[in-house]
Amino acid sequence: MLTLADVNYFEPWWVQIIKALVIFAVVFAILPILIVYERKLLGRFQARYGPNRVGPFGLLQPMAEIVKFAMKEPFRTATSVAVLFRVAPAISIITAVGALAIIPWGDVQHIFGQEVGLYGIDVSIGPLYVFALGGISFYGIMLGGWSSGSKYSFLGSMRGAAQLISYEVSQSLSIVGVIITAQTLSLTGIVHAQEGMWYFIPQFAGFLVFLVASFAETNRAPFDLIEADAELVGGYFTEYGGTPFVAYLFAEYANMIVVSAIAVTLFFGGWLLPFGIHPPGWVDPFVVLAKILLVFTFFVWIRATLPRLRYDQLMSFGWKILLPLATLNLLVTAILVAT
Amino acid sequence: MTPYDVSDDVIEVIRSPAASPVAGAYRAFGETLRGLKTTFVRILEGPTTIQYPEEKTPVYPRFRGRHRLHRFEDTGLEKCVGCSLCAAACPADCIRVVAAENTPENRVSAGERYAAVYEINLSRCIFCGYCEVACPFDAITMGHDYEMSDYTRSDLIFTKEMLLAEPIERTPLRREGE
Repeated sequence: MLTLADVNYFEPWWVQIIKALVIFAVVFAILPILIVYERKLLGRFQARYGPNRVGPFGLLQPMAEIVKFAMKEPFRTATSVAVLFRVAPAISIITAVGALAIIPWGDVQHIFGQEVGLYGIDVSIGPLYVFALGGISFYGIMLGGWSSGSKYSFLGSMRGAAQLISYEVSQSLSIVGVIITAQTLSLTGIVHAQEGMWYFIPQFAGFLVFLVASFAETNRAPFDLIEADAELVGGYFTEYGGTPFVAYLFAEYANMIVVSAIAVTLFFGGWLLPFGIHPPGWVDPFVVLAKILLVFTFFVWIRATLPRLRYDQLMSFGWKILLPLATLNLLVTAILVAT
Repeated sequence: MTPYDVSDDVIEVIRSPAASPVAGAYRAFGETLRGLKTTFVRILEGPTTIQYPEEKTPVYPRFRGRHRLHRFEDTGLEKCVGCSLCAAACPADCIRVVAAENTPENRVSAGERYAAVYEINLSRCIFCGYCEVACPFDAITMGHDYEMSDYTRSDLIFTKEMLLAEPIERTPLRREGE
């Protein structure tokens, strides 16, 4: 039986607002650090240093770049559709940030005599909310590419459309196994259900499918055909410059945080620690952050390793291997849970 | 109708039989793991970058960098006698020598004449080292400096004083066996 999220406490409106602001601020403070972390790590993977000139250890590199982008002249191509061209990056970033709301950073804590859950909101549709926003974020890519009025952007966004649709299916199916094992759709409930064993062990096949599909969902290498700098210049954001470009960049990294956080929540036990370690409640967000960073590191590792797939390989891999694998995993899990 | 029958020119490429989807997926997974290992070893090895302005690539002893003019160490006289052989040998035509007679009260070089003007236009020099070969007195040699960027072309015309001056040792020399 599927139980709905158990919201048996009341948070005043100001706690909600503070929580929203804190999550937003923390994630947006992490984004530039993640960007410079990725570039430095990528450098190490390629036997070089990466950015190390601006500020101590190159940590101020993203600041310098953001300033550079912010000072650029906003321009658009003559063939572009003005309104959509401006709205599309906003859609991308709003959907990316919106998904942050349900990521559980920790259990319910007692702060200022209030019961405060360390998450934006605990909804009873958990993963569905993430997939819904992921479905909308595709409009950011599609509209951005189409309204640019450039063939490269258009090709990139067409690829993006096909890729997102085919991989979203496998991604959703791969986590159904987790949901029917945990018997709940609430993300905090799923974390609580993992107290015995983290789900990446019993759900290993599902985990692999989810991971691969996540690479495709976030348009990361080896599935970055949407950007494909080699043949499409920059894909859907070829014509973007200045702050809209930064918006797309931040949306991509915010999406990576979301996907990493979902992977941590569903497969790596969220804020739980192994070997029966129970730290005080305020440690939980740091545990989640550390786990997210590990998953992110794996993303970068894959990016440094695998070359970009050919388009037909991408499609046949998604439909012929991932989807049957996810379905099989779901079937086996369902039979095991039912018996 | 096609101009000629293509079918004769088509050669069947011999391929190994296509792997089954399962075997293909298994192989792809294994190769992915191998690739991950390869990139991870790069991290353990550490970067091979030379941090250029701070560290410099050491040059070999025979590296042909910026020219130097030499003096005799005991008398301090210039070795160059203004013969212009270097200018004649220069394929890029970047050396200009104007010779003058040594006089007893103004003795600049060891020979009869000396170079009153000796200029090398480094923006044209191709660093072939023919001037060094042509010089009968070893007065001009190729040094090790390779950092000669400047803001104007006229700054790249090196005069005799600049070439005679002891260069700031900016370029590390490659050690034996390095």
